Amino acid sequence: MRPFTYERPTDARTAVSAVSRSGAKFISGGTNLLDLMKLDIEHPSHLIDISRLPMRDIEELPDGGLRIGAQAVNSDVAADDRVRTRYPVLSQALVSGASGQLRNKASTGGNLLQRTRCPYFYDTAAGCNKRDPGSGCSAIGGFNRIHAVLGASDACIATHPSDMAVAMTALEAEIELLDAEGSVRRVVITDFYRLPGDTPHLETVLRPGELITGVILPPPPPGRQLYRKVRDRASYEFALVSVAAVVSTERGMISEARVAFGGVAHKPWRSFEAEAALIGRPAEMATYRDAARAAMRDAVGQGHNDFKIELARRTLCRTLAQAARSS
Amino acid sequence: MSEPDTGGGERQAGAAPLSAVELRVNDQVRRLELDPRTSLLDALREHLRLSGTKKGCDHGQCGACTVLVNGRRINSCLTLAVMHEGDEVVTIEGLGAPDDLHPMQRAFVECDGFQCGYCTPGQICSAVGMLAEVRAGSPSHATAEVASSRISLTDEEIRERMSGNICRCAAYPNIVAAIRGIAEGGAA
Repeated sequence: MRPFTYERPTDARTAVSAVSRSGAKFISGGTNLLDLMKLDIEHPSHLIDISRLPMRDIEELPDGGLRIGAQAVNSDVAADDRVRTRYPVLSQALVSGASGQLRNKASTGGNLLQRTRCPYFYDTAAGCNKRDPGSGCSAIGGFNRIHAVLGASDACIATHPSDMAVAMTALEAEIELLDAEGSVRRVVITDFYRLPGDTPHLETVLRPGELITGVILPPPPPGRQLYRKVRDRASYEFALVSVAAVVSTERGMISEARVAFGGVAHKPWRSFEAEAALIGRPAEMATYRDAARAAMRDAVGQGHNDFKIELARRTLCRTLAQAARSS
Repeated sequence: MSEPDTGGGERQAGAAPLSAVELRVNDQVRRLELDPRTSLLDALREHLRLSGTKKGCDHGQCGACTVLVNGRRINSCLTLAVMHEGDEVVTIEGLGAPDDLHPMQRAFVECDGFQCGYCTPGQICSAVGMLAEVRAGSPSHATAEVASSRISLTDEEIRERMSGNICRCAAYPNIVAAIRGIAEGGAA
């Protein structure tokens, strides 16, 4: 690992002013950043430890929502009674990600900012536009079984690995950001992540020097929430496809629906197309199939990952059927 | 050695200045002067000579380096020692000794929960941390209803909760048996 200097500020304002230094990066749980630093994929010259900033609390909001501090670790968020009862899709997504040890360390802000990545991103002998802009994409025409089927580009077909962010996408979470001038802005999670386009090294709309201070969960949407993850092994594995769904029914008709996919794109993928195909229609398999077709209408396989398109359709149908049954 | 331990191995050119850190390891205060790059794992093994904690993959994938920090299990390879100022670290050496085994260590011996033994310290630290999580009512992916705080520690729950610890010898059935025995006995 390359040398770096280290500091641990005690307040957020000091942290955001410290990060303006060239080569500086925030570190929180470190579970993704240190992994990448060991491989010389990330090489900050200065680390600002934000893990002890007073941002670990989960607070009630006056409108019935919750504010999750950016430093709250994944296991604490998953185990929070308010999250478990009011936002079960988030708790389910969190416990389906990583391992017990990693969830005890990984922060909420760090989970959002983990790199969108693929095995070629890790392989420093291979071309990768995300790691080394302009060096090409080795996954296109390479071994691409786990790669994106929606929103990919000729420059990058990597997927965002977070489960948490998929649930937050279905919950329309907002990300709270603090900049060096001390001003705060909020970005809805669907606008927070970028598609790869021709700049796959840019993954979010985070501006240089901005710090994630919290995540705002609006009041829970009506209906039953469900997260389903499909993967190559039963535990401790990234999703091939995952679905976060919220479905509300009235007299057998779907009154409200939210659908987000994981494992299919460079970002957590909100499917407004699927939602439009569900709302106002009967809660039955024919409707779910229409929604699944709508969700994957623009999907493009890369060869090895062609199966993901059908897998995503089926996973959505099954998740919707299960959610609607008990909503 | 009377001077602060700056760590085995040569310092690389261009290395950052050393950082002072004070850890409480197995109930002892330990002061170290470390290159900021030093992982908690390397601080334990190379600087404090606590070699019970193992380095497997060094990337958080295998769990051999699992220790308890402030009572919670983490991968010591994926965290910097300097980030743990004042923290309480418990390693396998702090859980028990050959003549005074921790109940979980004894259960692993009695159930034959290992073959080569390399993953075992991490398995045991992880199991102790895992049972504390269950007692606190934390849900897992195997918990049918996340909203319920009543967790029945089935074999499926144990396997899911221990998935961050790989055993290349595949002693899993006996590891599960050891943990189940302790969970049912109420110790650890």
